[in-house]
Amino acid sequence: MLKRALERFTLTDFLMWLVGTVIVSLVVVGSIATLRAGEYTSRHWFDFFIFGLAQGSIYALIALGYTLVYGILRMINFAHSEVFMSGAYIGYFVATSFNRSGFMDKSPYVALLIVMAVAMLTSVTVAVLVERIAYRPLRRAPRLVPLITAIGASFFLQEAFRTLFGSQSKAYPDVDVLKGTVSLGGDFAIQKIQILVILAAGLLMAALYYFVMKTRTGKAMRAVSEDKDTAALMGINVDSIIVRTFVLGAAAAGAGGVLYSLMFRQINAYMGFVPGIKAFTAAVLGGVGNIPGAMLGSLFLGIFESIGPILFLDGLGIAAPYQLKDVIAFSMLVLVLIFRPTGILGERLAKAKA
Amino acid sequence: MANSILSVRKVTKIFGGLIAVNSLDLELAENGIHSVIGPNGAGKTTLFNCITGFYKPESGEILFQGHHLEYLSPDRVTRLGISRTYQNIRLFTNLSALENILVGQHPRLHTGMLGSIFKTPGMVKEEKEALAEARRLLAFVGLTGKGDHLSKNLPYGDQRRLEIARALASKPKVLLLDEPTAGMNPSETQEMVHFILRLRDELGITVLLIEHEMRVVMKISEVVTVLDFGQKIAEGTPAQIQSDSHVIEAYLGRGAASGLAQNEAKAKA
Amino acid sequence: MKKILSSSWFIPLQIGSIAGITGILMSLVGMVEEFAKRDIIAGIIEMGQTLVFINLLVAGYFAASRSQRAQAYLRVIEGGLAGAIATFFLWILVQLIPPLDLRSIFLNASPALIKVLTFDREGAAALGVMLTAGFLSGLAGGLIQSLPARYRTAVVRGLIWVAMLGLLQDLIRVTLLNFPGVGTALQWMFGSRNEKGLSVAGAIAVFVVVTGGSILQSNQATSLSARVGRLPAKQQQFIRWGGLLLAGAIVFYLPQVLGLYLSEVANQVGLFILMGLGLNIVVGFAGLLDLGYVAFFAIGAYVMGYLTTTAIGPESGQIIYGPQLNFWQALPIAVLISLVAGVILGVPVLNIRGDYLAIVTLGFGEIIRILAGSDFLKPYIGGSQGIVQVAPITIAGVDFNSPQKLYYLIILGILLATFVSWRLRDSRIGRAWKALREDEDVAQAMGIHLVSTKLMAFATGAAFAGMSGAIFASKIGSIYPHSFKLLVSINVLALIIVGGMGSLPGVFVGALILVGLPELLREFSEYRLLIYGVLLIIMMLTKPEGFIPETTHKRELHEEEPGTV
Repeated sequence: MLKRALERFTLTDFLMWLVGTVIVSLVVVGSIATLRAGEYTSRHWFDFFIFGLAQGSIYALIALGYTLVYGILRMINFAHSEVFMSGAYIGYFVATSFNRSGFMDKSPYVALLIVMAVAMLTSVTVAVLVERIAYRPLRRAPRLVPLITAIGASFFLQEAFRTLFGSQSKAYPDVDVLKGTVSLGGDFAIQKIQILVILAAGLLMAALYYFVMKTRTGKAMRAVSEDKDTAALMGINVDSIIVRTFVLGAAAAGAGGVLYSLMFRQINAYMGFVPGIKAFTAAVLGGVGNIPGAMLGSLFLGIFESIGPILFLDGLGIAAPYQLKDVIAFSMLVLVLIFRPTGILGERLAKAKA
Repeated sequence: MANSILSVRKVTKIFGGLIAVNSLDLELAENGIHSVIGPNGAGKTTLFNCITGFYKPESGEILFQGHHLEYLSPDRVTRLGISRTYQNIRLFTNLSALENILVGQHPRLHTGMLGSIFKTPGMVKEEKEALAEARRLLAFVGLTGKGDHLSKNLPYGDQRRLEIARALASKPKVLLLDEPTAGMNPSETQEMVHFILRLRDELGITVLLIEHEMRVVMKISEVVTVLDFGQKIAEGTPAQIQSDSHVIEAYLGRGAASGLAQNEAKAKA
Repeated sequence: MKKILSSSWFIPLQIGSIAGITGILMSLVGMVEEFAKRDIIAGIIEMGQTLVFINLLVAGYFAASRSQRAQAYLRVIEGGLAGAIATFFLWILVQLIPPLDLRSIFLNASPALIKVLTFDREGAAALGVMLTAGFLSGLAGGLIQSLPARYRTAVVRGLIWVAMLGLLQDLIRVTLLNFPGVGTALQWMFGSRNEKGLSVAGAIAVFVVVTGGSILQSNQATSLSARVGRLPAKQQQFIRWGGLLLAGAIVFYLPQVLGLYLSEVANQVGLFILMGLGLNIVVGFAGLLDLGYVAFFAIGAYVMGYLTTTAIGPESGQIIYGPQLNFWQALPIAVLISLVAGVILGVPVLNIRGDYLAIVTLGFGEIIRILAGSDFLKPYIGGSQGIVQVAPITIAGVDFNSPQKLYYLIILGILLATFVSWRLRDSRIGRAWKALREDEDVAQAMGIHLVSTKLMAFATGAAFAGMSGAIFASKIGSIYPHSFKLLVSINVLALIIVGGMGSLPGVFVGALILVGLPELLREFSEYRLLIYGVLLIIMMLTKPEGFIPETTHKRELHEEEPGTV
């Protein structure tokens, strides 16, 4: 029995498990050191936590697009990060003009809603165009080709936005109603913008989840992602469903773009790259094709990324731990894909059979 | 009875909730032709995958000339002397026919990186012989002159033959053929039948065959194993299988078995 | 709506609209204005207008090819129509810029742009001229489409050569002036000294020569290879060797001819060729999509920097310890460490495929870049300030740091890498890599040991990148983490794809186009990535096998087969 188990376990597996153990130990040791040092109060941890939650909520909105498109087309939509960015960018123009005309001060909620709607519309347009021009003709091509095309599309969009609107970063206008914090009793408080982000994202995710699970289109989407050809035989218009999948993911990403911009204020043509990778990490973490998984994975990643540097990197004596924030996210991506590519909640993709 | 060169003992393979192969026993006699038949989804290709190491069975053993195959990786299995072809031809599409066969020879060649970079005499000799051998195999399957054609540009029948040539390149003792006559017309099928016989007779290879074309099965098999739902429901000579009621039932349904029996009874009467 | 869709005018309408939007995009992105600074034919056509013209030409071409008309001349007219519709879009853009103050949003919607688009006219005259120009351009596109295939490619080639020579005018001038007697020819071809671009006569001459040559070449009987093939064998051998010697001589004397600036460009291209050869093994041969390739370039550079820097000490800008070797001692170490890094980074990803592999390697690349620039590792490798005072390359005390001298070192590196790639390509391991690329599972079933095969690919690729990085570090004399962005990986990937995945000549072609051209044409550098993106998409849609596909070397196997034609 043991011999059997040993035969399956190669040297490379052993090395990987060694590395994994080392990493986990480092995390644990660092965390304990930090907690013992007691440098941070519970207020601090709470702030980090809420920040991570808000960031994670935004990742969730972006992750939805990745997980849906991967589920249906088995490809990573590299251009999705630019779909996110485009919504944020055009939303900026609307928001700024509302701000200038005073509309934003008069009825901020309506203004924000319009900004979000425009952003979502932009994202959807970009996503649909990319699908139509770059992805659809290559659906039956070998794996590498659509991937390269996606990378090309991603670059094109980044650069197009940069050259069209200028390389300088732009700042979203200050929205009065979103300034300040809400007290939760004692020392604890949440920023108003964070409340907005968490609630808005939560609402959108719930709506999208409902859509995918309960509506006819949603069911058709799930059918197509299970088995494209059979779905076509069942009378489902596969092309149209694919477009709708892109639309859904893009709408979520566009909304996420506005929320991100309201929270972080600065936007530029390259803003999509890092959140995109992180959102993809989260999608894989939760299990590709798995929507609740993408949501949970995103929240987890957001919180872990926020608390992590302080929690264990600081404890390990690493200077300027927040510089390595992205390293945590990328490392998580690498670790998940190596050790559990089906994700924590598991995906429903079968290994290719002979 | 000839020696058993490959023994499959109580092999079970489960996917999620589905038992694809259920405690299967199969003995492959050396230098013989053994067919595995059964309705679609019976577990035939899964069996092949277990033998070649692509799948790891949940339980059971597979013995090949004294080696346990259950936990070996596919390349080790091939190097021990078992080769296969695929149900839906899996050639290296962008490589030429000759290159496909040369890849098949990989386990028998030994040149490493350094030898290749410095073009040592050993490497030159080995490559020359490999190329000659590849041409011989090409001729053996009847594809002389098509060596430089990209495999994806070859007609269907040629592709099937090329796949067999590639499988033969590693000089296997056992060859697993997965539906070699699929998509062929009767004359091509006849050619394939003669060809499989040559494999046994000229090259001394043991052939394990998955087939749907009953005429082929009946004509050349020494032993036929029938699978259904992952289990062996019958085994024997072609004649025995033809009249086995379980087999008829599996293929044609319950009514058919009794119907045929009735017809036979009437005919005899 | 349906009526429009089914009407026969739909095709030119559709294509014209797409071209119109493309034209608007090109204008607003600033390409038209920026490119206008270079003339193609001196005083007559500049690059910006050419861009618009090409857009309209292509529109006309496609409108004619997709047209459903039976008669050829009607198809050509539909081409013209598409062109006119496209310019109509541009005219609307021009009209909208002032009233809507588009400049506040689209920075490039400037008066200069309007001037270029309207041929410096206003109102109705502008509309008239633009529509006519559009119609004629589209017509030209349609005409080209209606030519038989041979003439079509010939004409297109002729146009491309005219454009290229016009653009590269000043560089060609500078280079060729070194040759005696060429002066007057240059004068004639390129107009007077002060003007940029070709002269009218020069342009016509180039067009005729290239087009004519192309037509002759395409004809089986008169093509160069046919003519050579008709010569006796001994003469063929002579020509072949002569050609090789000539090529070798050109390569050898090139730095002298090119001068300082162009040699520097050649070096840039050379370093990318070196990396390209490495990635060609990983992606082109073995099919392992590595988006983190820049990591190995960085490692090579950092090792070289670390081992040879003289800026050691506790102060800012210094690292706390370094052995201070010289370049030649450090080079093999750098290559070796990169190779080992290739193995180390390859081990975790052995079981990962396709898209996932791409993302994981991208993650690795980013992790290494961030760590390299972090404060955490600053004392050892310099953090965001990098490593300075990296030792220059010297041979017997002679400084090797002028671009011309460096050129030879890089050529050496390229020769080495090409040689290794070439040998490996036609070997057992090369076939194993290709099998891996085609179908990993079946490759394994053929007896190929996946782990060692993959790791060898990663290791070899990494070694080449490491060599390139080490030379890069010495060349520049200092290294900074921001030189090792994801962009570099994408650059290298793009060049091997455009050149042709898995093909060795393709790497050279790809590097010349994607690294050389942008360096030579400064106007492009702003839009380089934009063009990259578009180029990648277009190549994948039309010619995914690249400009020099891999399978063109099949004739080597051919030659050994006796008795076949």
